[in-house]
Amino acid sequence: MANSIVEVSNVSKSYRRDSLKIPVLENITFSITEGEFLGLMGPSGSGKSTLLNLIAGIDRPDNGSITVAESEVTKLSESQLAGWRSRHIGFIFQFYNLMPVLTAYENVELPLLLTKLSKKERQERVHVALNVVGLGDRTKHYPKQLSGGQQQRVAIARAIVADPTVIVADEPTGDLDKNSAVEILTLLERLNQEFKKTIIMVTHDQRAADKAHTVRHLDKGELV
Amino acid sequence: MKIFKLIFKNVMRHPLRTLLTFLGIAIVTFAFGFIRTAISAWYAGVEASAQNRMVTLNATSLMFPLPISYRDKIAQIPGVESVGIGNWFGAYYKDPKDFFANFAVDGKYLAMYSEFVLPPEQLAAYQQERNACIIGRKLATRFGWKLGDTVQLTGTIYYGQWDFVIRGIYDGANATTDETAFLFHWEYVNERLKQESPDLADYIGWFVVQIAKDTDPVAVGEAIDANFKNSPAETKTDTERAFNLSFISMAGTIMTAMEVISVVVVLIILLVLANTMAMTARERMSEYAVLKTLGFRPLHLVGLIGGESLLIALGGFAVGLGALFYIFKNFAVVITKLSNGFFGIFNLTDNTIALTFASALLVGVVAAAFPTWRAVRMRIADGLHRIA
Repeated sequence: MANSIVEVSNVSKSYRRDSLKIPVLENITFSITEGEFLGLMGPSGSGKSTLLNLIAGIDRPDNGSITVAESEVTKLSESQLAGWRSRHIGFIFQFYNLMPVLTAYENVELPLLLTKLSKKERQERVHVALNVVGLGDRTKHYPKQLSGGQQQRVAIARAIVADPTVIVADEPTGDLDKNSAVEILTLLERLNQEFKKTIIMVTHDQRAADKAHTVRHLDKGELV
Repeated sequence: MKIFKLIFKNVMRHPLRTLLTFLGIAIVTFAFGFIRTAISAWYAGVEASAQNRMVTLNATSLMFPLPISYRDKIAQIPGVESVGIGNWFGAYYKDPKDFFANFAVDGKYLAMYSEFVLPPEQLAAYQQERNACIIGRKLATRFGWKLGDTVQLTGTIYYGQWDFVIRGIYDGANATTDETAFLFHWEYVNERLKQESPDLADYIGWFVVQIAKDTDPVAVGEAIDANFKNSPAETKTDTERAFNLSFISMAGTIMTAMEVISVVVVLIILLVLANTMAMTARERMSEYAVLKTLGFRPLHLVGLIGGESLLIALGGFAVGLGALFYIFKNFAVVITKLSNGFFGIFNLTDNTIALTFASALLVGVVAAAFPTWRAVRMRIADGLHRIA
């Protein structure tokens, strides 16, 4: 049996809007095994992105615990979380979130600036990551010189360049046309199968979810 | 790629905005440095005051003279080493607007002012000729005068035309020494006054008293003034510094206003840069959120936002300072002329440079403080939501 790489236990989360307390997640418990490709689906406001943020350590639950790669992220300080994220989590966003003033190469290199790698080692890693996503010849291009699909591929290269334990993707095809979406999904599938990366993907798109090994549905803050 | 490169690229993201802010800071640096230099120039006489020199003048006012007969009495007071005389002449050359300081002095006066550096042969030539004069290097440059030239001044206190032959051009021993003075023999003036205006003869404007080392200037001053108590012309003796301060205090309000203006221009540019940085940071909140997501820590954001602000502020400072150096090096004479000789010592001092640099540094840091605080405190999830 494969090991659990993510364990979510009795996690609840709510937001405050003025004096109103809005529950988003209620007693969520589940685990993800190493090398799994998990799809999280559900209607808008069901708490998918919130759950993804909690697992990725960019938000904190009100109750419960989350353990990722043997670290209980809910017990880490903000500073520890920052370091932990840089080592264990690769992020892919719906709107790519590339730095517009940096080239594709420089965008991918960003996470490596936090490591002790030499310039040459960083160079090698960036080229490998860009070649994996098929953009080895676009290193000097700025985001505005790339199509949406290409920008998302640069974002994926940025997500994998530091060799993270888990890749989290929030609606990675949400801003793409059909063909580009297929390319990105194929790339994610390859990262999972060929490079054995654990992927957690939030999506509205059934075709995207079809690429996942497991699909979990959230509705009104509960796993169904 | 290092963080500095990202800072530089961010600075260049909106070239026009950056350029305008940059130029604003350069202009303010120039204005601030210029005003501070003007204030320093005004107080240069005070800074150049010697510790062992005192000034005795009429207790009523500088406008009232003292009899020359006081000189010997002052010289006999314990602690007094030498007594020189000075008299404001108030004449002009060709145009009354072409102001410069001109004094009638005696030999002892010149001997006390070692900061006036004059070649020995020029001093000897001056001493041998009754209507000879000595002028400062900047004054010579201003009017194109050279040794041997005869200069005719028109008197405003002592009426008539007065001819002087330039026998010496002195240089200042240091940057704060006034090089715009015009000095000549008091005896020459006094002899003519005896013939033309006897009532004005044998009077001087002030005595310069050199005191012995380790002598208490207050005690000497009190002894001098006590000597002339209840006389027709009572005296008031102060250190040279106090005398110079009282002399320039007439323009104290203007100087205070200039100091206020110098602070105001810094505050204005602070608001301009703060606004630029606030706009910049607000536009980039989502990017800061992404950086935090990738593992960048608050200190990195401080470096990014603060670095950008400092780069603009210090870049503007460098350009403004460069312009100041250029102007002062190439147009010092023009400035002296434009100020009608009031600003004879127009040097960019280390103090002014340090103060200008500190102001630019302060502007850069303070302008970045609020945007940095917001970026650091921002929750990542909130920052990422700004994109959608």
